[in-house]
Amino acid sequence: MGTKRITSEEKDHQIPMSDQTIQETQPDAAAPPHPTDEAAINAAIQAALAAFEASGNLEELKDARLAHTGDKSPLSLANRQIGKLDKSEKAVAGKLVGSARGRVNKALASRTSVLEEEEAARILVEETVDVTAAPVRRPLGARHPLSVLQDRVSDIFVGMGWEIAEGPEVESEWFNFDALNFKPDHPAREMQDTFFVEPADAHLVLRTHTSPVQMRSMLERDVPVYVLCPGRTFRTDELDATHTPVFHQFEGLAVDKGLTMADLRGTLEHFARQMFGAEAQIRLRPAYFPFTEPSAELDIWHPGAKGGPRWIEWGGCGMVHPNLLRAAGLDPEEYSGFAFGMGIERTLMFRNDVPDMHDMIEGDIRFSQHFGMEI
Amino acid sequence: MRVPLSWLREYAQVPANATAEDVMADLVKVGLEEEDVHRPGDELSGPIVVGQVLSIEKEEQSNGKTINWCQVRVVPEGTEQTLTGEGIDPSGVQGIICGAHNFVEGDKVVVTLPGAVLPGDFRITPRKTYGHISAGMIASSRELGIGEDHDGIIVLSTLGLDPELGSDVMELFGLYDQAAEINVTPDRGYCFSIRGVAREYALTTGTSFTDPAGTIELASAAAEGHPVRVEDSAPIYGVTGCSRFVAREVTGIDQDRPTPRWMASRLQLAGMRSISLVVDISNYVMLELGQPLHFYDADKVSGPIVVRRATPGEKLTTLDEKERALHVEDLLITDDTGAIGIAGVMGGASTEVSGSTTRVLVEAANFEPVSIARSRRRHKLPSEASKRFERGVDPLVADIAAQRAVDLLVELAGGTDTGKITDAGTPADPALITLPAGYASALIGVDYTDEQIISALEGIGGTVTAVTGGFEVIAPTWRPDLGSKEDLVEEVARIVGYDKIPATLPVAPPGRGLTRTQAQRRRVLQGLADAGLTEVLAYPFVSAAQNETFGSPVAGTGVDSVKLANPISSEYGLLRTSLLPGLLEIARRNHGRGFRDLALYEGGLVFLPREQVGSSYLPPLGIKPSDEVLADLDAGIPRQPWHVAAVLSGHEARAGVNYTPRAWDWADALDTARTVSGILGVQLEVSQGSHQAFHPGRTAALGVDGEIIGYAGELHPQLLKELDLPARTVAMEIDAEALMAAAPAVVVAEPLTTQPLATQDVALVVDQEVVAGQVLAALREGAGELLEDITLFDVYSGKGIEDGKKSLAFGLRFRAMDRTLTADEASEARAAAVAVAAERFGAVQR
Repeated sequence: MGTKRITSEEKDHQIPMSDQTIQETQPDAAAPPHPTDEAAINAAIQAALAAFEASGNLEELKDARLAHTGDKSPLSLANRQIGKLDKSEKAVAGKLVGSARGRVNKALASRTSVLEEEEAARILVEETVDVTAAPVRRPLGARHPLSVLQDRVSDIFVGMGWEIAEGPEVESEWFNFDALNFKPDHPAREMQDTFFVEPADAHLVLRTHTSPVQMRSMLERDVPVYVLCPGRTFRTDELDATHTPVFHQFEGLAVDKGLTMADLRGTLEHFARQMFGAEAQIRLRPAYFPFTEPSAELDIWHPGAKGGPRWIEWGGCGMVHPNLLRAAGLDPEEYSGFAFGMGIERTLMFRNDVPDMHDMIEGDIRFSQHFGMEI
Repeated sequence: MRVPLSWLREYAQVPANATAEDVMADLVKVGLEEEDVHRPGDELSGPIVVGQVLSIEKEEQSNGKTINWCQVRVVPEGTEQTLTGEGIDPSGVQGIICGAHNFVEGDKVVVTLPGAVLPGDFRITPRKTYGHISAGMIASSRELGIGEDHDGIIVLSTLGLDPELGSDVMELFGLYDQAAEINVTPDRGYCFSIRGVAREYALTTGTSFTDPAGTIELASAAAEGHPVRVEDSAPIYGVTGCSRFVAREVTGIDQDRPTPRWMASRLQLAGMRSISLVVDISNYVMLELGQPLHFYDADKVSGPIVVRRATPGEKLTTLDEKERALHVEDLLITDDTGAIGIAGVMGGASTEVSGSTTRVLVEAANFEPVSIARSRRRHKLPSEASKRFERGVDPLVADIAAQRAVDLLVELAGGTDTGKITDAGTPADPALITLPAGYASALIGVDYTDEQIISALEGIGGTVTAVTGGFEVIAPTWRPDLGSKEDLVEEVARIVGYDKIPATLPVAPPGRGLTRTQAQRRRVLQGLADAGLTEVLAYPFVSAAQNETFGSPVAGTGVDSVKLANPISSEYGLLRTSLLPGLLEIARRNHGRGFRDLALYEGGLVFLPREQVGSSYLPPLGIKPSDEVLADLDAGIPRQPWHVAAVLSGHEARAGVNYTPRAWDWADALDTARTVSGILGVQLEVSQGSHQAFHPGRTAALGVDGEIIGYAGELHPQLLKELDLPARTVAMEIDAEALMAAAPAVVVAEPLTTQPLATQDVALVVDQEVVAGQVLAALREGAGELLEDITLFDVYSGKGIEDGKKSLAFGLRFRAMDRTLTADEASEARAAAVAVAAERFGAVQR
């Protein structure tokens, strides 16, 4: 049997079968049977078989073996007498005793094997543990679901041939606003409650959205550009159940010849189906963003929403405003583009029913560990 | 913007049974997002009727209070009570106890009869009180939830009402009306008016629209108006601060007249308080037409009105009785006495309309958005007026709105139009935009017909002329946001409907997948989770003390930090230079919640200022900046390397059956750092380190190519005490970007040999101060190329070893590439190894 040992304390259960220790006690003090006395030899055989059969374990079998196959056993003694017999008797006796010893040894081997198997089985039973009482010696780690979701979104777009773009979190005001066609003094600039870096004339902000990466991507790359940018963003909102001053977005940008709003819709629909299944539906509503024209809000149909199926606001999108293309040195008559942006916290909230923003940002290990490596 | 449906119905075809939700569902299609629904009547139900007080018996109570035992008729005289129910008297006269005293016999009042329910689930039942059965209540505005009036119960005559007894008060007060609250994006200021929303409603439903501005008949001037001069000496961006100023004058205002109930309830439903008839009229006209108005007490205005910028040191006491120091950029309304208002933001106290005002000067002006926005921000005075001006007001509606105000002052406030009309300034012509044929279709991906394009652009109020190759469009005067052909395309697309846009999937050119760095970051983050740690994400906001402690290894050397001008909390006003403060805060939070065995990590940016902080010059919009300018912008952005940090506290696991978990110690912190470097294929150089946040004797400095890039070890016990974290909490932080840069581009394979292994152990006695890693390095060096591997397996000092010394036991594994090593060869190699250790550290073989 190929059973592995389970604990090191377990005793060796193999019983040695060689005769290195001789048990001198004789089971039968009577004279040994005559080697030609068939009846006597048969009696010795029967006695041996009975003794083997009566042995309940390997220890008892050892005694029986010594008694019936040992040097002083009747058959051994009878065997020893053969040499002294007449030539005519030798052949008969040899055959008789030889066959008898053969039978006895065979029976012994058979019984040994049975008892060994029983012994092995008994030990396995004895070694049984309560597996439900196992300790956890190597607790599993966990990713933060916001990270996992960012990876998941990135993978979907990488699968479409897009690339992942990045930009700094402390960003120049130009990239965060001006390059994105936010006019100075326009109310849109204030809609995004901005963290400013000191001193004010340094024109540095904590990026209020991942959109500055749009401009960086257009400046750094050759057209056509198809990039996705997931990342951290900041606004001066107080933390509550649905707001956090530090959050995450992902931003998509495509610039190419002849891109249309239908392409935007198709891309978002494809993405939505990758994220939420083949039944996912999206809806575009007119909206306003300084960096897109036309602009749209993107809603997603959420059949499993708490309180019944409904449209859920997912993000903003639109056709890249020509001023952005110009700021990147591209001719808007030649190129067009689309862009979109969604909140990762928001996506996780409605996709995975996270009830409260606090859970995502407080770092309570139960939150990440509940998700493990999955979302 | 809250839109009362009754108001909307005056100008758009809203079905009689449509709810606010229905209206919002239509408006959202053209870009007016649903926000909320307001139905004041929702909290009111049951019989609330007009009653007349027949008699009042005053009864003094033992507590000194006087109460009124009133008989109130709630059906017209001579008719029968048709209502039934407990407490409703078939005679039509109810006996009601009332504690208020602002009414007399004969007054018509609001009676909530038994069975009625008031806000707060206040149920009216007949109840025994002060020795009577009071069957109902005479209600105040507050009890009905329609006002904050503390002056007692509602006496209908004071509201100018004389309704029939028994009539439904909810009907009378417009409480069956409801408002749709919509979110108006910054480009659509015109939708801060019933006029604008009604137009959008007509567009989205394909029904007809009556322009309220078109229903008002302009009076012609009968006399010279109040003199007004616009003298803007410092226009912002070259645009005059005031493009138009219309003034009208109404005399003989009767301040005793109440605001009619219909107006008050619409204003309330629209989210404004009813203040006084004159103020209410100005708000009502603003909500209806989108033109902010200002009323002056004409008797307090001296001399001509001049619109100009403030002079240095000029001050103004505004309506809210605050004296404000003005900025030279503030656009002012002035008279002979000086400033009497900050244009479009707030009026001055000196010319304010008061209870004694009888002569009103009406201002309907058009102010430039940027000027208003700056003044509003500067003085922190957001108002309904500034909100509209900042987004742009139709310059052609000024005289119409002024007329509407005059009409209402005449009709409702008993005033007389003096016929004095001023109309100063010349608004700029609206934009003329060329829309090439086919452009809308090319940008949207829908084949729009010419009819669709013309109908949409005319629908929004534009004037469309078909020309060769496309259309010439004069944008409506209330749409300053329309300036380019893309803007017109959006109008066409949204009016025809975004739902008509098909879905096509563009194909990106072949991509390169994740960049090396992106893939490395991902493997590090995943690898640490795989190693049993839990990822958390901390805020990057830290205190000066935190950056001091964690940002630099040596105490007192100071750390350069990025400072926020407007942090959420002034204590945490800096950006982190280390991930550890955030991680430790999270560790502490978890600890407080009963999780004592923690293994946390985070990967994120830290912020390290450069010499150049930002850039003073910001390039203009819509033009590609030069390479030098772009380089300058980037040079001012702080360095933001990606760090990885971990904190281990408590034990590696929780105790279990036959299992005693190990407590995390300094070596685990080091191991975690090695996990990160191992994932990236980089060998970390570990040396005895020193960092103020760490235990002085239990800290490893982590290096790559001789540069220290991080630390790992036990945190300083004193720091742990201050942070209220368990003793022996360990941590590591590493500049992972430096590690990633050191990662090999190609890992070259090492040949494997199947020749047998020869193992040799050696124990060396060295001084206590000698660090094991260096002895090991010496042995490795001395052993030569036969050495396959070496490990330190024991450190011993005590009995048998001289004081001040320690014994280090190493296991060496030798193997040759091409042959079986003899015992002599292995011993020789070992001896060579020991010789180097002996030479370098005086190591003696035991």
